[in-house]
Amino acid sequence: MEIREGLYYSKDHEWVRIEGDRAYIGITDYAQDSLGSIVYVEIPKEGKALSKGEVLSVVESVKAASDIFAPISGTVVEINQALADNPELINESPYENYIAIMSFENADDLSDLLSPTQYEELTKGE
Amino acid sequence: MEKRTPLYSSQKALGARFTSFGGWELPVSYTDIIAEHQLVRTRAGLFDVSHMGEILITGKDAVKFINKIITNDVAPVPANKILYSPMCYENGTVVDDILIYKISDEELLLVVNAGNTEKDEQWIRSQLSGDVIMENLSDKYVQVALQGPESEEIIKRILDEETELPGFYHFKEVSMLGMKVLLSRTGYTGEDGFEIYLWLPNSSSDPEKLWNGILEAGKDKGVLPAGLGARDTLRLEAALPLYGHELSESISPLEAGLKTFVKFNKDDYIGKAVLSKQHENGLGRKLYGFEMIDRGIPRNGYDVVKDGNKIGYVTSGGLLPTLNKNGGLALLDDTNLANGDIIEIVIRERKCKAVIVPKPFYKKKYKV
Repeated sequence: MEIREGLYYSKDHEWVRIEGDRAYIGITDYAQDSLGSIVYVEIPKEGKALSKGEVLSVVESVKAASDIFAPISGTVVEINQALADNPELINESPYENYIAIMSFENADDLSDLLSPTQYEELTKGE
Repeated sequence: MEKRTPLYSSQKALGARFTSFGGWELPVSYTDIIAEHQLVRTRAGLFDVSHMGEILITGKDAVKFINKIITNDVAPVPANKILYSPMCYENGTVVDDILIYKISDEELLLVVNAGNTEKDEQWIRSQLSGDVIMENLSDKYVQVALQGPESEEIIKRILDEETELPGFYHFKEVSMLGMKVLLSRTGYTGEDGFEIYLWLPNSSSDPEKLWNGILEAGKDKGVLPAGLGARDTLRLEAALPLYGHELSESISPLEAGLKTFVKFNKDDYIGKAVLSKQHENGLGRKLYGFEMIDRGIPRNGYDVVKDGNKIGYVTSGGLLPTLNKNGGLALLDDTNLANGDIIEIVIRERKCKAVIVPKPFYKKKYKV
């Protein structure tokens, strides 16, 4: 299972990549592997303001629907429309295919996210 | 704690992911649900279905008694043939849907759904009458299902002696891989295939030898193990009902479209009065097939809306892999809908368009 350096991780298996005032958000390799074939990604609405922990998107595998939570607070500034037609892109490369880009407004939001090492420990425990 | 089948370790070693189903911890998939689904449609897949329950009914009045508790008619069924039937309450709703293996007129094996085994046992016990003995043998059987077009060839390879294979919905006792088994031409996938019952108290019975022997014999045919995930998408494409979804304690078999398996000219049986009335007066609900037009995955329990009014709910839904479409089955109050009619499925408060289509979604490929 790949865990990338340079990313922040949530306990719900989302990853966050900070680029200036933008936060790219996706789901981890561990998450896509546990879900299996992804058949639907609910594309978030651009401009939607979310508090940390609110539902950002829903990813559906053959088995079930899983909520994806906003790992930080902010506004959806960009979406990944390619996932509407090709949700399986997340299975193919989970770290290249973000679900949304949110505005990154508060550095404190990162404090309870996990480092790659901490996230690795979390996945080993599950 | 959840029950595990005797094949749990073998499955774990094969990399299975497990899930909870009917009180059991069972493999949901080994690699990928869609790949396992396609494997069964094109070659063959091997399922562990040991969770299914087996209840033996013996005695002089066995046939008479079973006919009292089922809606179908087991009396005219010859020995070595299998009958599918709903088993109903007095109010016409369903206790369970079961297979009845007629070994003889005085010995019949009922194969019941895993999650219903205890309930069925209690229900049947409460109805016992005449010269009849009931035994719950569920823990003494291992059951595996080999499903897909290559199944016949693979079974032939592992038979200890050449013998004619049972036809669709027939069974016979055979010897394979050095073990006596009950070989049944049944399944839950819409493909040709077999279900194999291994009686554990036999000294020769070795579940892992059976499991591995089938995989080994079918290796060059591409056979692989398949899990519950694929079993569900396969049965959904074939529009085979799943208890708790299309059938339940609040749905009648007629509403679920199973009229073929409900006899009105048979002697009195439990549920007959209500079912006959439904048959004569017409039904209040009907089970339909639908395909999504808008994006979205329909799931069990989602509301169905037409012209702004709720008209029912989705009983089963999801990806239909062979069609590469999303769709499912819905139980609707409007019994006059036609193919091509538009309905809406409420997915997370969003109304998504769908169209009524004929069932099944996939034409069954049984060898009759």
